[in-house]
Amino acid sequence: MADPTKVDPIHQFGITTMVPLGDSFAFTNSALFMVLTVGLIVSYLLISTAGRKLVPTRAQLVSEMLYEFVANMLRGAAGTEGMKFFPFVFSIFMFVLIGNVFGMIPFFFTITSHIIVTFALAILVIGVVLVYGFMKNGLKFFKLFVPQGVPGYVLPIVVPIEIVSFLSRPISLSVRLFANVLAGHITLKVFAGFVFTMGTLGWLGFLGAALPLAMTVALTALEFLVAVLQAYVFAVLTSMYLNDAIHPSH
Amino acid sequence: METTTTQDGATTEGEHTTENASGTVGTHSSTGVPEEHGEAFPPFDPSTFGTQLVWLAITFAALYVVISRMALPRIGAILDDRKARIDGDLNAADASRQKTDAAIAAYEAELANARAKSHALAEETRQGIKADIDTKRQAVEADLSKKVTEAETRIQATKTEALGHVGEIAADTVEALVQQLTGAGSAQEARDAVAQVSKE
Repeated sequence: MADPTKVDPIHQFGITTMVPLGDSFAFTNSALFMVLTVGLIVSYLLISTAGRKLVPTRAQLVSEMLYEFVANMLRGAAGTEGMKFFPFVFSIFMFVLIGNVFGMIPFFFTITSHIIVTFALAILVIGVVLVYGFMKNGLKFFKLFVPQGVPGYVLPIVVPIEIVSFLSRPISLSVRLFANVLAGHITLKVFAGFVFTMGTLGWLGFLGAALPLAMTVALTALEFLVAVLQAYVFAVLTSMYLNDAIHPSH
Repeated sequence: METTTTQDGATTEGEHTTENASGTVGTHSSTGVPEEHGEAFPPFDPSTFGTQLVWLAITFAALYVVISRMALPRIGAILDDRKARIDGDLNAADASRQKTDAAIAAYEAELANARAKSHALAEETRQGIKADIDTKRQAVEADLSKKVTEAETRIQATKTEALGHVGEIAADTVEALVQQLTGAGSAQEARDAVAQVSKE
């Protein structure tokens, strides 16, 4: 860590305190990028739509397309009733999307590369599902674990499977996002480190460094895809889980 | 393995770092974190969980409030306005089209009416002219047939008259012949003889 020539792919995930405000409120680089993420989302959405143009400008069109994209996704997964969760799903999608994409900028911290952040978001989603599911359906919410049209003698096998599948949702939801982002960033850093290390090994190494460099370029493109795709996956799964809360008997 | 609680350590620097690392790596040994790093693998370092959760809660709550109160209602209103405008324009266009269709239908009806009227007028005129021609032709024909009849009558009269003279001429001729041949005979005898021959 102290040696600047040593390539350390883990260093990018380090949390450093920037403004010490006590143990829990310490303003870290992670907090800075959460604030930047939210600031970018909010300012873009509000500034681009400030004109309220009938014929949209390009910036306004992007906001409208994001709106319609998430709205169609939620309506497709959870129906018209699900639209009451539209602000929630839209916030989750934008937060994860911009958090991921911000992480692609060199020297920027990736907030979604920490399991606690993705896990907190996943728990928030499952919490909303549970609270709304019990509020709306009462005890009928447990029908979620009893699939319709399944013969009674299979139920002792199916119901535990359904329960385990439900309980594993927050874990799979958070680990999927976290692991994708973390692994991508580490891989990127490792290959970029090869370029540096080989480049310092004389002219042969300099030529050989072209290979990891090409790999780094390809991986960067892949990581942009993953950044957007994982935000989409997170939002789609959120929509589907909300659908379970609205229509528990599937 | 030393199992120091890392939660109360709550710091990433200083003399706690080593203990912190060993505790964390021990807890998450299944993740394959390289142990030679000398400090905890940051994403699994519980000492940073508190601050991350707090700031996540603050920022996400702020994001949710702004998005649900300001951004989404505004974009929704823009989209609704546009949809209302487009629907209104489409309805207006539809109304105009219906009006056009009605005007075309009225025009067609008017045209058919006018055509029928002109047909009737033409037919009437044709009938009038035909009747006129017929009348005139009948008059001319009647005139002609009258003249023909007159002429025929005259011819008949001439013929009758001519034929009436035939007996007389014949009697004269007969008388003259008889007188030349015999030196006798009277005009009365000649006439009778001629009449007798004509009867046969």
